[in-house]
Amino acid sequence: MKKKVFSMIAARLLVMGVSLLIVSSAVFFATTMLPGDTAAILLGQAATPEAVEGLRKAMHLDDPALLRYGHWMLGMLTGDFGKSYANSMPIATLIGGRLANTLKLAAVTSMFSVPLSLVLGIAAAMMRGSLFDRIVTFCSIGLVSVPEFLVATTAVLIFSVYLGWFPALAFTNEIHSFGELLRVFAMPVIALTSVISAQMVRMTRAAVVETLSTPYAEMALLKGASWKRIVLRHALPNALGPIVNAMALSLSYLLGGVIIVETIFNYPGIAKLMVDAVATRDLPLIQTCAMIFCLGFLTLMAMADIIAILANPRLR
Amino acid sequence: MTTTTLLAKRRRKLHIRFSAVGMLGLAVILFWAVVSIAAPWIIPHPVGTIVDYDYFGPVSSKFWMGTDYLGRDIFSRVLMGARYTVGISLAAVTISCTAGVLLGMIAAVSGGLLDGLLSRFLDALNTIPSQLFGLVVVAAVGSSIPVLILTMAVIFIPGAFRFSRALAVNINAMDFVTVARIRGEGVVYLVVSEILPNIMGPVLADLGLRFVFIVLLLSGLSFLGLGVQPPYADWGAMVRENLGGLAFGAPAVIFPCLAIASLTIGVNLLIDNLPKKIRDRSDA
Repeated sequence: MKKKVFSMIAARLLVMGVSLLIVSSAVFFATTMLPGDTAAILLGQAATPEAVEGLRKAMHLDDPALLRYGHWMLGMLTGDFGKSYANSMPIATLIGGRLANTLKLAAVTSMFSVPLSLVLGIAAAMMRGSLFDRIVTFCSIGLVSVPEFLVATTAVLIFSVYLGWFPALAFTNEIHSFGELLRVFAMPVIALTSVISAQMVRMTRAAVVETLSTPYAEMALLKGASWKRIVLRHALPNALGPIVNAMALSLSYLLGGVIIVETIFNYPGIAKLMVDAVATRDLPLIQTCAMIFCLGFLTLMAMADIIAILANPRLR
Repeated sequence: MTTTTLLAKRRRKLHIRFSAVGMLGLAVILFWAVVSIAAPWIIPHPVGTIVDYDYFGPVSSKFWMGTDYLGRDIFSRVLMGARYTVGISLAAVTISCTAGVLLGMIAAVSGGLLDGLLSRFLDALNTIPSQLFGLVVVAAVGSSIPVLILTMAVIFIPGAFRFSRALAVNINAMDFVTVARIRGEGVVYLVVSEILPNIMGPVLADLGLRFVFIVLLLSGLSFLGLGVQPPYADWGAMVRENLGGLAFGAPAVIFPCLAIASLTIGVNLLIDNLPKKIRDRSDA
């Protein structure tokens, strides 16, 4: 049966590769279908037609779109992301440090949100229908159903403005110790954690509640096992797959959160870079950032699926 | 046969009871619906004109929600903003759900190659994160209201498709559909008269949830400055304009936020408290 698991995982990875290809072509062609001539936009109003023509040649803008797509994909695969339109710096150097910043933010956020939402979700499912459960459910529904920027601004309002605990702005180059790291990261992390945890708590709770309603959980109840034993010994091991699956899925919500949170807190991450690039219409930069995000997103989704496959004992 | 279905229908109607919380959600939705239709006639001040010499003015009897960063009346702007937020989202959700549900039912009824191709293609589209999709499209073609509506409609078609296809596949396997098919009915009849009436409840509930997603996405884009463009402002754009007032808790930031939250939470409350019969007909 091992073979079946392997082939399912391989199929899942294949799907991921195909999706990536489709996504890349969508990103490339959406950004090349810009109305107006890129070279003319770059050179501004005072450009002579000769200069525009020269730049078009230099940027290979006259080549057919499919050829440029091929070139671009090849560059992507070999780590050559091209040059930014705005300041003609190589994109790899622009992105390098910023990607690390964003990953740091994501890592610290998951460090807090995963245990938090596990505890809250499982506890809420155990005490289903209690006041605690209702409060947790209400809060998570509330957080899920408002935009990310609202959560972030509310967090700033509470923790920075009224309580004055944390600085509202982030400066990552001034970090020397773990304590300082926490202080600087506090606001973005609180905001992101609220956004993500709400999802995770809901999904974790649903997974445990579902296992608790299965016949074997009922059997354990009829057998006279204590509630704690039913949850911890019977339900939880079986809910583990769905829970980890839910975790990976909710982490993909990091993406939406990260775009807003980095903008609000002026955090020098890759999402902020991308939003700025959209404002200046810096296409190569947008394309690269979009691809990085899609890759991250697809990896998390594939991981969620693979975990679900591995956690299913019927396949082993 | 017709009398029995009529009876069943009537019985179902009688049994629909909204809980108090669900009624509250419904009331909030109706309130914003009325506001967005009647806004031009009920706003106390014109939205574009500067009515207060002070900026970020406090709540007063003249300006019910204070004034914004230019001294414009927030109350009037929130009322007018409802038009953009509710209107754009409603248009987008109508397009995406109509297209998604139709495609989903057709895929389920016809099966085979068409089903496979549609499913694969829309699944791939679904793997593009919605915010990213919005950002890239806005970067490419610029932001205008028709572009926003179409972009968001396209983003949420795969979800609607998946949902309705899953429901329709279940219905498709039932005897009355098989009977209709043996009778020689075409795809159009099967979709419109056999499948659609049986998945209508969950589809409408799903439409509500998708509406919330679209409101969230639209507000997020507007907040980033990539959604509704000045001089028009939806609620997300209003939060962005007045973000400078956040540091001292200006009502100009808080009220648009409350407006968004009330609408999205209202819809969620209504959907969550719908009678189980409407929500999960597929399980019944």
